[in-house]
Amino acid sequence: MYPEDYRYTKEHEWVHVEGDTGTIGITDHAQHELGDIVYVDFKYGRETLKPGQHVDQGKTIGSVESVKAVSDIYSPVSGEVVDLNGTLADAPEKLNEDPHGGAWLVKIRLSNPGELANLLSAADYQTYIGAEK
Amino acid sequence: MPATAALKATCLNAAHRSMRAKMVDFGGWDMPVQYSSLVEEHLAVRRSVGVFDVSHMGEIDITGPEALRLTDYVTTNAAGRLKTGQIHYSGLLYEHGGFVDDVLVHKVAEDHYFLCVNASNQEKDFVHIRAHNRFDAQVQLSSDDYAQIAIQGPNARATLQNLTAADLAAMRYYWFIDGTVSGTPARIARTGYTGEDGYEIYVAPAAAPRLWNEILGAGKEFGIKACGLGARNTLRLEAKMALYGHEIHASITPWEADLGWIVKLDKGDFVGRAALAKQKEQGIQRKLIGFEMADRGIGRDGYEVLVDGAPAGWVTSGSPAPSLNRNIGLCYLPVAEAHVGRAIEVVIRSQPVAAVTVETPFYKRAK
Repeated sequence: MYPEDYRYTKEHEWVHVEGDTGTIGITDHAQHELGDIVYVDFKYGRETLKPGQHVDQGKTIGSVESVKAVSDIYSPVSGEVVDLNGTLADAPEKLNEDPHGGAWLVKIRLSNPGELANLLSAADYQTYIGAEK
Repeated sequence: MPATAALKATCLNAAHRSMRAKMVDFGGWDMPVQYSSLVEEHLAVRRSVGVFDVSHMGEIDITGPEALRLTDYVTTNAAGRLKTGQIHYSGLLYEHGGFVDDVLVHKVAEDHYFLCVNASNQEKDFVHIRAHNRFDAQVQLSSDDYAQIAIQGPNARATLQNLTAADLAAMRYYWFIDGTVSGTPARIARTGYTGEDGYEIYVAPAAAPRLWNEILGAGKEFGIKACGLGARNTLRLEAKMALYGHEIHASITPWEADLGWIVKLDKGDFVGRAALAKQKEQGIQRKLIGFEMADRGIGRDGYEVLVDGAPAGWVTSGSPAPSLNRNIGLCYLPVAEAHVGRAIEVVIRSQPVAAVTVETPFYKRAK
């Protein structure tokens, strides 16, 4: 369920690093907690998040809204946004179906790979969500 | 995982957990908010049938020679007009005209009225009714004697009819009978909180787990779904049914909440009557009205509403409407602005987003 080669945050994001780029998404646990997702918005401060934007680890890069609730997305790493998943605008429900794969949110070129040490392993994340309940 | 010790659990808690429902703290109760998908559960009720555990709801019995006098005195609707076996929606008010609770009043017999009340209000309601009992009547909080299961949707009758000899087709909307469901004594009421046809059945808690499974079995041919409180909320919102703590509470009167139809000022004195009569004469300042988002966004509970750019009111409930593919809500606005077609803005995370007031209910079933 939770890929071993991903790293996780306590705010329920994941990052999968390949080379110098991290793909970011929300966890299966997060989509389950939110329920049916209706909107995904990318924002950094008051501006729409676009490729080229530098983001800092832990800062809000957008929000995911379900029928029941809205939840901020926090960037698990610092770096430059290189891509956004445009398919989610028209099909936000993909986040409920494939949160660890096709429904990734953004790709970021890492400016400080050392930050990955601050994140949780798959095992630690699963222990964390087990304890949170 | 066991429920947190502080949370109360219904007799169906284990059933929900075995179905892997997502559980939430709902006013101190450990309740299922959804089983699979809120939207799928919502649509099952609109298109076929769904079943809800609403055992957290409270029940109060008013009995004795003057049961009617007490019931009529503490509620806004005319309990004297109920026939035995009939039900109506009513308000329980403070002297100042604000809501203690909204209730369903069932006339069981000349000397017996049965009230279904909100879970988190039940002790308060009980104390309130007792405090006004200057009649030859007894008031009993009977919630521990009942589990309540709601079966809702166009196939609710066919589902329940599989389990009871009672002639459901002959039972009118907002009437009830005391019969049996699958051999268990049950109060079967044709009521609901979804905007669909359906039934709410009251049974002994010990019988509820078996009955829950039998209802799921009886509805299998219709694709029945167990539904959580999430779907219950979106269903009732589409039907514009009030939720205590949102559309109504201690600072809101029935006139303001667009619930004037449950107030019968001509029936004689009742708690809150003087305040309501005065407000009717003077006129209300604010009124509940429906809205629909015009631009992208969901106006949620508690969000501020702007009229001509200035703060004017607040959202009481707001959500995507799964049956309608629109984002809807209810809000309080100054009376002068509370008319259909008024352009408003809802402040969504510091950002005003365009909306417009609309006719309600948002959804009405075909009769």
